[in-house]
Amino acid sequence: MANNEQDTFMPTICFVEHDGTEHSVTVNSGISLMEAAVDNDVPGIDADCGGACACATCHVMLDKDWFEALGDREATEESMLALAAEVTDTSRLACQIEVTDALDGIKVRMPESQF
Amino acid sequence: MNAVNDLMKPVAFPNPYDVPLQELDPSPEALYDSGQHWAYFERLRNEAPVHYCENEAFGGFWNITKFNDIVEVDSNNEVFSSEPNITIGESKIDFSPPMFIAMDNPKHDAQRKVVSPAVAPMQLAELESLIRGRVATVLDNLPVGETFNWVDAVSIELTTQMLATLFDFPFEERRKLTYWSDIAVTSPNVEEYGVSEEKRRDVMLECLEYFTGLWNERIKRPKKNDFISLLAHSSATAEMDPLEYLGNLMLLIVGGNDTTRSSMSGGVYAMNKFPAEFKKLQENPKLIPNMVSEIIRWQTPLAHMRRIAKEDYEIGGKTIRKGDKVIMWYISGNRDQDVIENPDDFLIDRKRARHHVSFGFGVHRCMGNRLAEMQLRILWEELLPRFSRIEVTAEPQRVRSNFVMGYTHLPVKLHAK
Repeated sequence: MANNEQDTFMPTICFVEHDGTEHSVTVNSGISLMEAAVDNDVPGIDADCGGACACATCHVMLDKDWFEALGDREATEESMLALAAEVTDTSRLACQIEVTDALDGIKVRMPESQF
Repeated sequence: MNAVNDLMKPVAFPNPYDVPLQELDPSPEALYDSGQHWAYFERLRNEAPVHYCENEAFGGFWNITKFNDIVEVDSNNEVFSSEPNITIGESKIDFSPPMFIAMDNPKHDAQRKVVSPAVAPMQLAELESLIRGRVATVLDNLPVGETFNWVDAVSIELTTQMLATLFDFPFEERRKLTYWSDIAVTSPNVEEYGVSEEKRRDVMLECLEYFTGLWNERIKRPKKNDFISLLAHSSATAEMDPLEYLGNLMLLIVGGNDTTRSSMSGGVYAMNKFPAEFKKLQENPKLIPNMVSEIIRWQTPLAHMRRIAKEDYEIGGKTIRKGDKVIMWYISGNRDQDVIENPDDFLIDRKRARHHVSFGFGVHRCMGNRLAEMQLRILWEELLPRFSRIEVTAEPQRVRSNFVMGYTHLPVKLHAK
């Protein structure tokens, strides 16, 4: 049971609306960032396709450091983001990011067009 | 169009459970206007969700009828090509104007990005008050207490006005857009009730001539945010040959017209089939945005999209071969009970109502979906305070098509508040 504390650790994610309103949610690791939002009724993450990387309605923007830490986007994600609005250099689709303990404290911003 | 459709006689098809499974063919147009397609798709979903059949008019093709299989095919643009067209039939007179919905990447993205700013989410805020004003005018001029055709007076009128704005098309001539849209989607297989392919080509070339005049006028002026100006002033589209201009016009006209039109009629029809839902809405108008998604699912304005496999592909225990034609039946995916609970019911407070396949998925996902949702939302926001009941007085007449799930006639009587 030495690892008990680690096993029950739940990272906290902060979703920030375009107007600055913050929604902090504490969730289990292993789900996607999109599910973290949808399961907690965070507005602005529609996720129309249910996590198939096929609709670009869970678009989020990360800080540069977090973006670099999370690694490259896959080709499918690139192709969907290419058609989304308000895309930045640090845009991602939240359904393609797995929540891990390491994400604790991350802030992600959501585009105005998703509201 | 209405005149010919008024003469349409229903065709009786065999009970799908009496047909050998390998011969079960959900593609005949006359299945749809009579509602016989529902049972065909139900059997396919249950017994052969990935199913091959042959048809005299369309050749051999795969039917994809389950929600998740549709998402898988639709979002795999590497394997499943949209070229040379996205509907089940082939042109017999070699008239298939190129359009970006029927192009693969990189060309698709390059052309789509040219016109998408006209309907981008940020643009919508500017359009909202214009749309609301027009909806109010149309609704305030409707007769109360007498039966009229909702399709023509409301659905066609509002979507055509919207389309005229998006093209910056001469407003008083806007019904030309409706005419061209109707002709563009007419299937030659329903010739008796529709138009021949030759006639369709001639009308489309008239449409091109008219729009060429608009192009020549826009190119002389600074770029602005209407479809024609965006096309004329962008490097990806400025050098299009005339047929490609026509193809993209047909795409934008049909995409922005037939679809929302059908949902504007379908929502009223649904409310009459499920009167408890209208009561629910009157008691809680905050349900409107969720209801809009449910209308779009329940109606499914476009029944299918087609692809061609570029390589062998395994799905649902079957192997689709390179070169095979694949039809994703959105109309069936939206009734898949493994993904959508009680899918035949119209429920305006349905959970996760946005999770439907009507807009498609992947890079070809509907470009104007936010605008469509906004038009429907505003229509219902303006209907509720004006009328106590929107009564459908007889069954509607439908378009005979396996593609456009539309209505030609929906008799409605409005009741005063």
